[in-house]
Amino acid sequence: MFSTTVTADQFMQAITDTLYMVGMSLFVGALIGIPFGILLVVTRPGGVLESKWLYSILNPVINIIRSLPFIILLVAIVPFTRLIVHTSIGTSAAIVPLIIYIAPYIGRLVENSLLEVNPGILEAAEAMGATPFQVIWYFLLPEAIGSLILSLTTATIGLIGATAMAGTVGGGGVGDLAIVYGHQRFDTVVVVATVIILVIFVQGIQSLGNTLARKIRRY
Amino acid sequence: MIELKDVYKTYTRKGISNEALKGIQLKVEKGDIFGVIGYSGAGKSTLIRLVNYLERPTKGQVFVEGHDLGAYSVKELRAAKKNIGMIFQHFNLLESKKVFDNVAIPLVLLKKNKNEIRERVLELLKFVGLGDKAGSYPSELSGGQKQRVGIARALASNPSILLCDEATSALDPQTTRSILQLLKQINAEYNITVMIITHEMSVIQEICNKVAVMEEGRIIEQGSVLEVFGHPKHPTTQNFVKTVIQNSITNSVLKSLKTEPGSQLYKLELVGQCASEPIIYQMIRSYDVKVNILFANMTEIQETTLGKMIIQLNGEATEVNNALSFLKNNGVGVEGVEKHVFNYSYS
Repeated sequence: MFSTTVTADQFMQAITDTLYMVGMSLFVGALIGIPFGILLVVTRPGGVLESKWLYSILNPVINIIRSLPFIILLVAIVPFTRLIVHTSIGTSAAIVPLIIYIAPYIGRLVENSLLEVNPGILEAAEAMGATPFQVIWYFLLPEAIGSLILSLTTATIGLIGATAMAGTVGGGGVGDLAIVYGHQRFDTVVVVATVIILVIFVQGIQSLGNTLARKIRRY
Repeated sequence: MIELKDVYKTYTRKGISNEALKGIQLKVEKGDIFGVIGYSGAGKSTLIRLVNYLERPTKGQVFVEGHDLGAYSVKELRAAKKNIGMIFQHFNLLESKKVFDNVAIPLVLLKKNKNEIRERVLELLKFVGLGDKAGSYPSELSGGQKQRVGIARALASNPSILLCDEATSALDPQTTRSILQLLKQINAEYNITVMIITHEMSVIQEICNKVAVMEEGRIIEQGSVLEVFGHPKHPTTQNFVKTVIQNSITNSVLKSLKTEPGSQLYKLELVGQCASEPIIYQMIRSYDVKVNILFANMTEIQETTLGKMIIQLNGEATEVNNALSFLKNNGVGVEGVEKHVFNYSYS
């Protein structure tokens, strides 16, 4: 009853694949998403770089990408993926849609974090004659840093969920293992084991995020 | 120094426009501590934000040191702002940075070198009485200490003007007094022009030399504090003055007050020198009148004593008239009033 056909090596491979996909797409996604979030805040009406047209393009674009279910996005952008990584299957191929999925999400989270900054601080910055770049760099980002870390934590956990679907393009990973070996072949041991691994992942990342945020805030 | 010429400010939101300022004329001279007082919604916050162009006037001009702020380019305006420090009701300090770094920010924006910044920040912290708090976070400080950090930050770039936006409204009376003393010291030692907006008359009384009273987007009265406190003309101004200078007979005195035939009530005003002379004594000695003092109050404004008195005089008409002339000749303001004036009054 407690037998399984999945080997320890397969588990290890799945864990490595998940970590690789999450790590890479988080890194690149943040690189794209954070500037987007900043732009959303500074170009909005009343922002330090108010720009009606830029905001009215960025805002709906992010909403459109975010409203696509990941599984649809994954398949829909196969040609684009092929263009970027020269293949449409495998772990690397999964990373491209993961980035496109997570970057707008990070943008939105960053926007929320930055909007939490006390507007009085921005007023003080403006009264000091700070340039828009200085407002962002010396006032907005330092005041939001704790909240930004928590946002990235949320994004990371969202990514772990999305990687489960990466199996559709042969991406591998823990989630894929659970679906293909556990769910589709009725292998309870695999289902339980993968769930435990995912729970540990999520718990670990959340605790790490909380600790970092608390340490950096120090106030 | 600071001059607002026929300034209007209109906010338009969803097609509904709201006139916050309606034709403001204002002049602040170098070295002034200029107070602007008004109830919430009078437009004082908008007014002070025009001086450093956090708000742009819809119509009219704002001059600072002779320059029209509206004629500046964005870059020139940023440079001009470094000459105008500002402190806020809720301090607006960066919670994520230590006191030292908060005060250093204006200098970092000016790209000063590290040693210079260090020296200046420590000097400023010492000046505001927080020499030992450089390494603390704002959350570890009291309200008064936070405002001191705000003041040090505002002074960092050596401005010639300091704007105070309800700077003491979130503080207790004792802390308010100490912050006001600090502002007074800044004005005196660095010759920085200070502009304060407040809804507390005591703030004006304590440190301002000039005051403007605002209501519904207009300045309804302005002048030297002594003038405005001594002779408030507009009812709103009178209400503000009443909050710091009691100027009416208390209800219990009023109730037991007998109006005999031939008796009359007078309001007396004694300013400066004549407030310290034994004038009432001399009057009683020289004229055959009965004097009943119903109310007396002395207030110091701008190092000048302002005395208010309400007396009842009873006697022969000629003696009363002579006594009144005596008072007037000695520089006392005299105004005959009826008892009913004091009914239903603020007490």
